[in-house]
Amino acid sequence: MSSVATKKKGLGAHIWDYITTVDHKKIAHLYLVAGTLFFVIGGIEAMLIRIQLAKPDNDFLSAGLFNEVMTMHGTTMIFLAAMPLVFAFMNAIVPLQIGARDVAFPFLNSLGFWLFLFGGVFLNLSWFFTGAPDAGWTSYASLSLMSPGHGIDFYALGLQISGAGTLISGINFLVTIINMRAPGMTYMRMPLFTWTAFVASALILFAFPPLTIGLFFMIFDRMFSGNFFVHTMGGNTIIWEHLFWIFGHPEVYILILPAFGIFSEIFATFSRKRLFGYPSMVFATILIGFLGFMVWAHHMFTVGLGPTANAIFSVATMAIAVPTGMKIFNWLMTMWGGSIKITTPMLYALGFIPSFVAGGVTGIMQASAPLDYQLHDSYFIVAHFHYVIVGGVVLALFAGAHYYWPIMFNQMLNETLGKITFVFFFVGFHLTFFLQHFLGLMGMPRRVAVFKAGQGLDLFNFISTIGAFLMAIGVIILVINVIITAIKGVPAGRDPWEDGRTLEWAIPQPIPFYNFKQTPLIRGLDPYWIEKMDGNKEGMLYAEPLSDIHMPNNSFIPVVMSFGFFVAAFGAMFHQETSWGLYVLIGGLAITALGMIYRSVKDDHGYYIKKEDLLDDKGGKH
Amino acid sequence: MSHEIEIVSKSPKEFAYAKKKSAEAMRNQVTAFAIMIFFTFIAFALVMAGFSPTLVVPVILLLAVVQVILQLYFFMHWSEKGHGIPQFFMYSGALVAFTMVLAFVTIIWWE
Repeated sequence: MSSVATKKKGLGAHIWDYITTVDHKKIAHLYLVAGTLFFVIGGIEAMLIRIQLAKPDNDFLSAGLFNEVMTMHGTTMIFLAAMPLVFAFMNAIVPLQIGARDVAFPFLNSLGFWLFLFGGVFLNLSWFFTGAPDAGWTSYASLSLMSPGHGIDFYALGLQISGAGTLISGINFLVTIINMRAPGMTYMRMPLFTWTAFVASALILFAFPPLTIGLFFMIFDRMFSGNFFVHTMGGNTIIWEHLFWIFGHPEVYILILPAFGIFSEIFATFSRKRLFGYPSMVFATILIGFLGFMVWAHHMFTVGLGPTANAIFSVATMAIAVPTGMKIFNWLMTMWGGSIKITTPMLYALGFIPSFVAGGVTGIMQASAPLDYQLHDSYFIVAHFHYVIVGGVVLALFAGAHYYWPIMFNQMLNETLGKITFVFFFVGFHLTFFLQHFLGLMGMPRRVAVFKAGQGLDLFNFISTIGAFLMAIGVIILVINVIITAIKGVPAGRDPWEDGRTLEWAIPQPIPFYNFKQTPLIRGLDPYWIEKMDGNKEGMLYAEPLSDIHMPNNSFIPVVMSFGFFVAAFGAMFHQETSWGLYVLIGGLAITALGMIYRSVKDDHGYYIKKEDLLDDKGGKH
Repeated sequence: MSHEIEIVSKSPKEFAYAKKKSAEAMRNQVTAFAIMIFFTFIAFALVMAGFSPTLVVPVILLLAVVQVILQLYFFMHWSEKGHGIPQFFMYSGALVAFTMVLAFVTIIWWE
């Protein structure tokens, strides 16, 4: 494939290549495209919510439809937009940052993506059947068991499938980062994005099994006459809340930690300084990951766990502010005395600090159980989690998109348009969500379809809707920027920001599909910076002589296996009311099983790129 | 990561060392196996002898913990080098699970 890859291929061949690919860079593209698609769908749902709430007693959406839109907005944004976009950057950057030719299990990487995509598509198909899920993204058991139609079935089955994909990808990244670091890349020389990806993957490993169990309970209760959550039959409805939040709290750290990683890289690069307090950053990342498992009940203060439980979880929650604060100060100290360059990614990073601190401070307010009784289920909560997720994760994803675009596509996004995007999005974001704090304090409950006129809520809700439109304009400008950049197609070349510090910037562009002709030798943190300072034009030292490279073959089996689950999910959903449902369920699982058997029985040893071909490419050197 | 196959034969000293190592590992495994059989026997004997459950349950749980440790360290080779990362993850997983169970039985469902 080494020389074949350079030939011109038809569109069909390209699509087939992407469907069967096991290359982490192409899977990153797939995650980016799919994640953006779901981000746009979730964004449209957000706009519908804001239009409905623009004026009192509005009848733009009916109450039932509002519940569906609100539920799908939350579910889509968390599971189908933020997660895959984080995975897009992890796939694109982590192997390059640690000097690896691919992830540890390329086949599983592809399987993880297709499971996520089929799960996400399944969830969104609910719109075309008997209605989307309507019990909120938390889908609390007593409410969701009562929900008529198939909405909640779509939720439980779709998330089960895409959750399996996420778990597979998380394990894959753990193994990759533990085993595939280049010689000299010790743990304390790993770039912070790799560190945060590592800790986030560990959180996925520990947090997704509780969700899997909770969703299975839900599937059995709704579709197979189970009674796990039915208290009249000896079940316990609170178990869902515990299982969901044992997963759900680490989940938000799974999202925010890689965001912290992206910003750490951006701060160091554009301050042109080594990241301040690198060891304490690593320590804080691990500590946040650990504490993330000890605080789930702070989502349940009003359930009635009693003062002891509330007090302990209150204190544990407040403790998380300490490592997070360490990170904030380290970023400020990184900039202090640095030679700062205000690029688009840096602009996002600068906007992130005050936004995220605001979200963090309201978080500490809610950590106080007595106050939480006042704030619970009000718009204050909505404002808080949008401040941390939009002000933290989404700003990081946009910053990362601008920052890593040259690595992913060998093109630079337009800086002017990027800055305009930032202004619209940032102003719109604060306009939308800042006033929601006060709406909450005035007593507006979350998840309501209408509010009455003359209660002092009209103006702030209207301003909030204007802000949402500004955010939408920002996103549209970003899309225009991407299209313009793609049409122009100007190659960015190596290290286009000119201040790259980590290994991924040292690779010649376009990045060859085997990443590294020779495995690099790492001499310290920020290896590319070290080589630059030493005047090494190649950008890296090599740990081995040029030799054959072993590569995995492309495979169509991941799509088949994921499709099997997709079919089986329809069977599980309809088996109670139709005669064919059970056969579809069995048939779907059989497709998956056949895929697994084929994969197990047929040996696939991959292929070798011959040393001579590597030399032939461009005369041995880049 | 070079992939040219290289065949390295062991020197007599290396060979003797490897032999000694595997003999040691074998001895450890047999010892651990014997201890486990003995523990199982104790567990059965306690139940058969009709001791009160307040004694039997904690003793069996204790024996179980020791057996898990023996299993991990001798049968799954944790006692050898290069198992730091799996150990770390198993321990943190156990710690997280233990904390959750502890939280449930003490502060959440304590009545």
